[in-house]
Amino acid sequence: MKKRASRPIPVAVQTLTKGDFTSDQDVRWCPGCGDYSILAQTQRILPDLGIPKEDFVFISGIGCSSRFPYYMNTYGFHTIHGRAPTIAAGVKASNPDLSVWVITGDGDALSIGGNHFIHLMRRNLDINVLLFNNRIYGLTKGQYSPTSEQGKKTYSTPMGSIDNPFNPISLALASGATFVARSLDRDPEHLRSVIKSAFDHKGTSFIEIYQNCNVYNDGAFFTYTEKETKAENTVFLEHGEPLVFGKDGDKGICLNGFKPEVVSLSDGTHSNGDLITHDQFTEDRTLAYFLSRMTEVPGLPHPIGIFRSVEHPCYEEMMTEQINTAKERMGDGDLDALLNEGDTWVVE
Amino acid sequence: MKKQKQSIEEATILFASDSGGGAQSIGTQMTEASAIAGNDVATLPDYPAEIRAPAGSLAGISGFQLRFSSLTIHTPGDLCDVLVAMNPAALKVNIDKLKPNGILIVDTDNFAPRNLRLAGYSSNPLEDGSLTQFQVFPIELTRLTREALKDTGLTQREVDRCKNFYALGMVCWMYNRPMDYAFQWLKEKFATKPQYIEANTLALKAGNIYCEVTEQFATSYEIKPAKFAPGKYRNIEGNMATALGLVAASQKSGLQLVYGSYPITPASTILHELARYRNFGVKTMQMEDEIAAVGVAIGAAFSGALGATGSSGPGIALKAEAINLAMIAELPMVVCNIQRAGPSTGMPTKTEQADLLQMFYGRNGESPLPVIAASRPSDCFETVYEACRIAIKYMTPVIFMSDLYIAFGAEPWLIPHVSDLPAIDVDFPTDTNGFEPYLRDETTLARPWAIPGTPGLEHRIGGLEKADISGNVSYDPDNHEKMVHLRAEKVARIADDLPPTEIFGESSGELLVLSWGGTFGAVRTAVEHKQAESKSVSHVHLRYLNPLPKEVGDIMQGFKRVLIPELNLGQLRLLIRAEYLVDAAGLNKIQGQPFHVFEIESKIDEMLRGDV
Ligand SMILES: Cc1ncc(C[n+]2csc(CCOP(=O)(O)OP(=O)(O)O)c2C)c(N)n1
Ligand code: SF4
Ligand SMILES: [Mg+2]
Repeated sequence: MKKRASRPIPVAVQTLTKGDFTSDQDVRWCPGCGDYSILAQTQRILPDLGIPKEDFVFISGIGCSSRFPYYMNTYGFHTIHGRAPTIAAGVKASNPDLSVWVITGDGDALSIGGNHFIHLMRRNLDINVLLFNNRIYGLTKGQYSPTSEQGKKTYSTPMGSIDNPFNPISLALASGATFVARSLDRDPEHLRSVIKSAFDHKGTSFIEIYQNCNVYNDGAFFTYTEKETKAENTVFLEHGEPLVFGKDGDKGICLNGFKPEVVSLSDGTHSNGDLITHDQFTEDRTLAYFLSRMTEVPGLPHPIGIFRSVEHPCYEEMMTEQINTAKERMGDGDLDALLNEGDTWVVE
Repeated sequence: MKKQKQSIEEATILFASDSGGGAQSIGTQMTEASAIAGNDVATLPDYPAEIRAPAGSLAGISGFQLRFSSLTIHTPGDLCDVLVAMNPAALKVNIDKLKPNGILIVDTDNFAPRNLRLAGYSSNPLEDGSLTQFQVFPIELTRLTREALKDTGLTQREVDRCKNFYALGMVCWMYNRPMDYAFQWLKEKFATKPQYIEANTLALKAGNIYCEVTEQFATSYEIKPAKFAPGKYRNIEGNMATALGLVAASQKSGLQLVYGSYPITPASTILHELARYRNFGVKTMQMEDEIAAVGVAIGAAFSGALGATGSSGPGIALKAEAINLAMIAELPMVVCNIQRAGPSTGMPTKTEQADLLQMFYGRNGESPLPVIAASRPSDCFETVYEACRIAIKYMTPVIFMSDLYIAFGAEPWLIPHVSDLPAIDVDFPTDTNGFEPYLRDETTLARPWAIPGTPGLEHRIGGLEKADISGNVSYDPDNHEKMVHLRAEKVARIADDLPPTEIFGESSGELLVLSWGGTFGAVRTAVEHKQAESKSVSHVHLRYLNPLPKEVGDIMQGFKRVLIPELNLGQLRLLIRAEYLVDAAGLNKIQGQPFHVFEIESKIDEMLRGDV
């Protein structure tokens, strides 16, 4: 699975530090914005990935989150609203040696870019997608987004939004994403490790990051990110481990028919063996999908971690394979021969 | 019976059938055979919008018009000498295109009351005297084909599908065309179904023999080879030439070609064609929509490939925002707009050139882009190649325009030598010393094409306004104005890099006809005719539309009047008037059909008489 992790790191790359990945541009997010942490964790983890700085490309759409590439001292492209996946696909298909990252927001990826998002997931190019989900449109100053909860009052929904929200993890899974994970802006260590796993995964990696917009949607995820409530309201997914959570590790998740349920591990009714054992590597998407729906059931903790990680052939590899096969069958393209193909005649 | 052979200069044949009835296929066969025989050829396929409308209905008629000549020709002809109509609907749709006294071949077996009703005939035109001005050849095509193929063991349905080759055999006899090409083609086409090779070959021969032995056909015609410049030729369709031009530019520049597209008539065949060239390293990506398709081209350009995308009006509209991104990011990319009749979905299988202003102005903000247009099928090769050259040299997206008429039309093409194609130099900087993402070349104003993977040149680009030189985000008012001017100036300077504009005819006189795009053939032919009548009329056809060649203004000064014929309501005319304050007149047709030569001729006459 972790193909690239074992690659020897070239000496020049070993000496890279966070500072090498920090550009000279002033960061312009609101003080206290969750984006700062995501930027910092990314800059901290990149030196560990073992590839030269010039091979990283960060591509974003439009939104607060999409300013991200300007702050990275790598190649970067701040594109247009919702379209980063398409441009990233062009970059990766053209040069498979690059490490391509898409930075996007909940509006960018799921409203205007919803179509590109699902198609990126199904194509499985080796691209890493970080979706900064703040359940709001930040840059345009606080309208509801496709992940905003129904009933949300915003400038554009003074009586409450009547839209049903998307579940980004379910959507990615349904679209065939081969790596799907969730992390938190306020859990730096976890975030770094998930970013690293996403990088190690060959194929499209999708990470939904709960991100606090302290100006337009402050505290949207505090239940899941703050010390007082986090343990009771999140369950951290570990491959091969039972789904245990709670401050004292006294609760678990088991399946009742098709329904995940919270059970107590302290009242003698259930033990670890009754719980769902997480299997992120299984080809079948059903379990991951069950887990993804937990956020929609009141009372269930939000799963954090890697839902799914399976290896499928990558688009760009299959493209290269076709090119090689065509060259084997027909020989390297010869332009003169191509122009003279078909029925020709000579005029003296 | 003694048959006569008559030598003639040229002929125009129109094959018409239900779509799927084989008119396109035998039209193509006859085209190839005539081209190989050395004639100049021009074709006009006319597809219905529906793939298979109900058999025998007017909506489902597919036509293929072919003109072949011993002279140089530029159009598929206004009216036809021969119409082959496989059913009443095919007759009804096309009879207006047959010359008086023209030859009409019909399959009488298809003129049953039901067929007539479907075509909206209240009486049988073969019997009611309405076709007396034509030479009608009623042939029992269905019965004759069944007869000829009775021993093949094929089902009647299969046999009836060979009727078109029976008709082709007849036309080959009429014009003394060898059938070898068709035999060969059948062998390749049905390589896995030998029974169809045999059946169609039989039909072809039977049709040929039928003409030879029946008294109905007394005369066959001979058309001498046309005089072509020496060299090697092949027959080529516009979209095929466009695809080859892109591959040629990729090969000459050493850049891999990445073509993003989403299927749309009439652009799809470029995608199909390019998809066959994986052995040239060509990466075609059929994306989820046109925005994604142009996104792919932009990503390819950013990473150092030759990015291209192709579509037609509706798809180009979707791409506008992304094209604008490439414009401000100053990335080289080619956008092919194969125009069709709009607005909106319009008439997808009909031609028009009404997207010119869309290409000039259909983006927000000041967004100047080079725009160039092909004039005829074979010209697509050189024009799209030129689009690639300009894109790379000036670091800008370039709009390449074609249209359905030339995309699907075919003509002989003098195959160029690869070594004669202009060089396309690519310079990916590697020197970190003094590197700035928006530091420009002094002459071309192009910025450096520094690509990911190059150590030390890491930088960020995007759609926000750029500070001059550094490329950092900037809201500075003066900087914005400067950048707007710089981007415009960069495109304007391309005018220094264009070949001289050719004037067909005298460089001064009464009337200049100025045209662009796929109207070339009709306009040139009309002007030739008028010049032969010693009329004072010249022709300039523009490939470069933005920027316009520098001499265009001066050229117009040499003429008393300027006429701009267009298949739109006067879009180039609007631009020309705005740019030069010249009171150009328009000839505007917007029927989804190309110009007829006579339409342009009569407008020229009218203007020379001073009636308008
Ligand atoms: C075509 C287009 N439509 C609308 C906008 C305006 N716009 C910019 S960002 C944005 C929403 C961003 O929301 P999200 O993706 O959640 O990013 P955030 O700011 O919350 O990080 C909108 C509607 C735009 N830039 N372009
Ligand atoms: S508006 Fe919200 S998301 Fe945007 S920078 Fe400010 S805090 Fe962050
Ligand atoms: Mg948001």
